[in-house]
Amino acid sequence: MLKIKNLHASIGDTKILNGLDLEVNPGEVHAIMGPNGSGKSTLAQVIAGHASYVVSDGSVEFMGKDLLELEPEERAREGVFLGFQYPVEIPGVNNAYLLKAAVNAKRKHQGLEEIDAFEFLKMAREKMATLDMDPSFLKRGVNEGFSGGEKKRNEILQMAMLEPRLAILDETDSGLDIDALKAVSKGINALRDPERAIVLVTHYQRLLDYVEPDFVHVLSAGKIVRSGDKSLALKLEEKGYEWVREAATA
Amino acid sequence: MSTESTEIESLVNRRYEHGFVTDIETDSLPPGLDEGVIRAISARKKEPEFLLEWRLKAYRHWLTMREPNWAHVNYTPIDYQSISYFSAPKSDADRPKSLDEVDPKLLETYEKLGIPLHERARLAGVAVDAVFDSVSVATTFKDKLHEAGVIFCPFSEAVINHPELIKKYLGSVVPTRDNFFAALNSAVFSDGSFVYIPKGVRCPMELSTYFRINAANTGQFERTLIIADEGSHVSYLEGCTAPMRDENQLHAAVVELVALKDAEIKYSTVQNWYPGDENGVGGIYNFVTKRGDCRGENSKISWTQVETGSAITWKYPSCILRGDNSVGEFYSVAVANNMQQADTGTKMIHIGKNTSSTIVSKGISAGRAQNAYRGLVKIMPQATGARNHTQCDSLLIGKECGAHTFPYMEVRNPTAKVEHEATTSKISENQLFYCRQRGISEEDAVNMIVNGFCKEVFKELPMEFAVEAQALLNVSLEGAVG
Repeated sequence: MLKIKNLHASIGDTKILNGLDLEVNPGEVHAIMGPNGSGKSTLAQVIAGHASYVVSDGSVEFMGKDLLELEPEERAREGVFLGFQYPVEIPGVNNAYLLKAAVNAKRKHQGLEEIDAFEFLKMAREKMATLDMDPSFLKRGVNEGFSGGEKKRNEILQMAMLEPRLAILDETDSGLDIDALKAVSKGINALRDPERAIVLVTHYQRLLDYVEPDFVHVLSAGKIVRSGDKSLALKLEEKGYEWVREAATA
Repeated sequence: MSTESTEIESLVNRRYEHGFVTDIETDSLPPGLDEGVIRAISARKKEPEFLLEWRLKAYRHWLTMREPNWAHVNYTPIDYQSISYFSAPKSDADRPKSLDEVDPKLLETYEKLGIPLHERARLAGVAVDAVFDSVSVATTFKDKLHEAGVIFCPFSEAVINHPELIKKYLGSVVPTRDNFFAALNSAVFSDGSFVYIPKGVRCPMELSTYFRINAANTGQFERTLIIADEGSHVSYLEGCTAPMRDENQLHAAVVELVALKDAEIKYSTVQNWYPGDENGVGGIYNFVTKRGDCRGENSKISWTQVETGSAITWKYPSCILRGDNSVGEFYSVAVANNMQQADTGTKMIHIGKNTSSTIVSKGISAGRAQNAYRGLVKIMPQATGARNHTQCDSLLIGKECGAHTFPYMEVRNPTAKVEHEATTSKISENQLFYCRQRGISEEDAVNMIVNGFCKEVFKELPMEFAVEAQALLNVSLEGAVG
């Protein structure tokens, strides 16, 4: 589904990704771990198409298409979803409005009819119930005055509504208390599907206690230096990232 | 709502409705301005002597005045002797024969605004010969107003039929000497609207300039007077979301509102005069004086404006809060794109006790445009317990535009409470990227963010107007990003 080969990317004068390779197939859950500055978030942003990052070499293929050729909105409509580490506030625009516009942009791309307000609300309320979200969320401005936990839940709600083929969740677990972490994990697990791939970008093992990955990759200096199953995450937790760095240079 | 809009549609298709017929049949006067021109205008309109005298007085004073230059706008000096101060409506022979002869760019905009096909022809000035079956609708409309005792007619008609009201109220809010452009308007005004709501009457419908079809050619020096007698209520809609072109570059209108005891006037404007091309060439100069007088106790005047057009806008709808407990409101969205310059805001003059005013101003700048908010809150010594809240927000799109805020406060009573909040923000890359990552195009994302920014003002507009204003904003900001 997603094939990344020899990816090099930089922001400004700083080179961040240095020949990264990754392959993700439908139905799989991958966890990408690594210390600060190793390039985890950059990878997520490059896949989503943020203009600040320049790809100097390598390729990213998604469902047989050259992803790097597509605009961010086209990637989204093809089924790439990014759960943001820092979801932005858009004052005055209500959450329901953004969400409905997003759902309909995708449906239009798929040649489906736009859903009306009634259907939309019904669908949104169902998804919100599974995430323990209060229906009043829909009426609030997008992320406006949301707590850290509310913002992350909102990202998961958007994902649930958009039903992407590939979901990349960038540090969705950071800043969550244990209840919020459980709710968010429940939301992610509900979306596990043989047709869908999920990539979790995270610092810590604790999210992986709730969302069990099929593969764990360790990123260091813009490259994947080690891959394994979920036991790799436990080993990392025990030995720290220093162990990986040593292993990489050894 | 749908029947209502069909009514409006069919009404605007009418070219001249009986009762609203202009009595101007002569040709334009040659360019230039002197007392002879003013006498000629007055004579052609068959005005009573007092009005001619009033015009002449204004003119003589205007000669002693200088054009103001304090606004944050730049333009080449206007040659007042090169303007023709009286022009008859275009005859059918001069108009485009069909939409094929109309600038395709203009038609494209109509399309985007969702303006019905037959209305597009009227707006573009096409000579439409087809007769639409709307006489009955218009008659129902007039009958309803008549029944309620409401007077709503062209200003020139009111001069003939209700001279006592004109004599009493004309210039009582904006005196002829008020400012340079108001003095000029007083001397040469062409036509406009007149509204009188009798005591205790709640006007049964929103009054809209839509219904005054022949107003199309009175745009240059328009004069509007609205009087709400004791305990009455009226909502007045001015303008049109469709882009209005005019050969006259200078527009200097005057609007006077009078609210007597317990009366309420709500005045909503959507202004979309031609802003000129990308370089600002050919756009309208809009120098308007709008003022409301809350003359009686517990009266209320509320201005809501959405300003998207004109090359230059110079406009400060104001309230004089004379009556005790009177209320003034100003809600404004001003958009400036490309080379547009807007200097707009309000004045709230608190004279009566316990008067209160609210100002919410949203300025949006894009392209190389300059957008200024200029507001005065003045609390007079006798205005015990006066309150004002001002909120002034600017949104910048791109790197070459500017937003400026010039708030003036003059508080001469120690019990007054005056608050001012101001913010300036930019549409951030991250906001746009966030929306695009959700599959929403950049243009739709900008529209969404801008409409969110303006929400507080749009909710003050009558429903139908609000929807149109939103569409208009989207069109005005097209291409502002990227």
